[in-house]
Amino acid sequence: MPEQPQRNAIEVRDVRKVFGAGEHAVVALDTVSVSIRENEFFTLLGPSGCGKTTLLRLIAGFDYPSAGAILLHGQDIAPLPPFKRPVNTVFQSYALFPHMTVAGNIAFGLEMLGKPKDEVKARVAEMLRLVRMEQLAGRRTSQISGGQQQRVALARALAPQPKVLLLDEPLSALDYKLRKDMQIELKRLQGETGITFIFVTHDQEEALTMSDRIAVMSAGRILQVGAPREIYDRPAQRFVADFIGESNFLKAEVTGASAGRATVRLASGTKIPASLPDGFSPSGSATIVVRPEHAQIGPDDPGAALHGTVENVVYLGTDTHFHLRLDDGSTFIVRRQNSRGGAGEDFAQGSRVGVLLGMDAAQVLKD
Amino acid sequence: MASAEEIARAADRRDIRDRWLLSAPALVIIFVAAIGPLFVMLAYSFMVKGDYGDVKFGTFSLDGWTSVLFQRDIFDDTLGLADAHLTILWRSVSLSFYTTVLTLIFGFPTAYFIATRPPQARDVWIFLVTIPFWTNLLIRTFAMQQVIRNEGLINTALISLGIVDRPIQIMNTDTAIMLGMIYVYLPLMVLPLYASMEKLDFRLVEAGYDLYASRWQVLRRIILPLVKPGVIAGSILVFIPSLGAYVIPRVLGGGKNMMLGNLIELQFGSGRNWPLGAAISITLMALVMIALLFYVRNVSRSEAGHG
Repeated sequence: MPEQPQRNAIEVRDVRKVFGAGEHAVVALDTVSVSIRENEFFTLLGPSGCGKTTLLRLIAGFDYPSAGAILLHGQDIAPLPPFKRPVNTVFQSYALFPHMTVAGNIAFGLEMLGKPKDEVKARVAEMLRLVRMEQLAGRRTSQISGGQQQRVALARALAPQPKVLLLDEPLSALDYKLRKDMQIELKRLQGETGITFIFVTHDQEEALTMSDRIAVMSAGRILQVGAPREIYDRPAQRFVADFIGESNFLKAEVTGASAGRATVRLASGTKIPASLPDGFSPSGSATIVVRPEHAQIGPDDPGAALHGTVENVVYLGTDTHFHLRLDDGSTFIVRRQNSRGGAGEDFAQGSRVGVLLGMDAAQVLKD
Repeated sequence: MASAEEIARAADRRDIRDRWLLSAPALVIIFVAAIGPLFVMLAYSFMVKGDYGDVKFGTFSLDGWTSVLFQRDIFDDTLGLADAHLTILWRSVSLSFYTTVLTLIFGFPTAYFIATRPPQARDVWIFLVTIPFWTNLLIRTFAMQQVIRNEGLINTALISLGIVDRPIQIMNTDTAIMLGMIYVYLPLMVLPLYASMEKLDFRLVEAGYDLYASRWQVLRRIILPLVKPGVIAGSILVFIPSLGAYVIPRVLGGGKNMMLGNLIELQFGSGRNWPLGAAISITLMALVMIALLFYVRNVSRSEAGHG
């Protein structure tokens, strides 16, 4: 895809953030660079403490970077206070003003921008309609449910028509059903408003469902940026593979590599094809990753890539997990889709089995 | 066999008994030490004054009350306004008002500063604010005197710096009384302000900044409305003792600049007019109650305005 600078809504360039000083200094962000495109649903995904919220706060302006630049449409906004940035935030706690009504909350940003009264009124009505809260405009924020508060927080942040909307784990306080609904709602809102969304979450499923692109973060660094499918199918590093979805890791020897593809020899001696992370040419020993659903379980044939014993069979309704102990002592999980009338041969606990790996089942990791 | 109903009733009875037992000590103190003497005062204010202080029991007179605002001319026995009393009343109310406003102006940033420190640092700051409480009020007031008198800290500094060539007369003025009251009552403003600011969710402040509110707008539209209970509590805690201040005007105001507290003391002391003293005391109490009512009504109205 051609990368044109003017198409980037936000550009983070070599940003470092250190909290504290001296021996108590904590590096929250370690030289992070990332470009977020206009009108994109971009997700920062990582475990707590990985720096994702810090990065969001730097973009919002609640904290200032220790080094580096943050560009909004090509203009450095890093030194600006938050009230001078055309960026709004949906807070994890919603942070609704308890002394104002629902409509008062939504109107606040517009009032602070000095918009004329009629315009504020019209825009608030529009926002209430957008988040389907017309009935509750006059309520205090303490008198509405968590899901409704979430909508008000969204409407409040969208009302001033920001260039970029920042969302700090906004769904984490909602129950499962409501969260599912809000995920769809958020996607709809993003489509209707055409605003760039930067979404912070530790929930991989949420990230995969909603995002156009995901940046996986760990320990103050961005490890990989890509579309959900790319992140899931082609994790570049062990952390990414481990954090998102289930993974089987295997030790292997790289015997040949060219044009993003490699041939690796497994511990069993079998040679299989594997794909490589972008611009990575390995040699010698490497770790490869195989997703449980990308492998097939079969009889203990000499042609199988891996051989082992079934240790456990876990029935999960939609599919079945076979926990295997491979001959080299490592564990391996194969997932098989269930269907009525049987999905194939049954492999009981203790039986000898083989694992078949397709042409595109394995991915070589950088670490 | 006791029925369930009987057991429930017995439990209720026990609850009621426990409630009375637990509140008894406080009730005894309130009735014996506060409400009782109040009725004594009320009775005294309607009696004829004794020749050497005290009152003549069994008599009735409105003299105590009329002399709160009026005085009898010694020549023709006509009633005229008691200018001295009105001056003192005005001084008490206005100085208390200014003291409240100024402690609020000084106390608010202080409390905000403390509330935004890390938790352990907050405790240290609050500790520092409360240190003056360890010392007797009289000693603190004399300390203030050392600061503001003509040979005191301020004047010595100003003269040695060449800013003034003669000491500024602060002692024995209303300003001196006000400075003293601000100094003494400031912690009473800071503590309730801090208590409500500590509970303030500072993410709301961030949300305000995020929604284009400047620092001033965040203060006015978000922080102030949310810490209003602290502002009210602090104002009441400063205004009420200011109105009845006795030691501070006595020490810093000299003999002439009296406040209500000094006037009351005068009547029970060398003035030997206990009915008048009692009447002024009750007037003072009424003033406080009026101020409180005004405040509470004002607050509930502005609360309703948001709904």
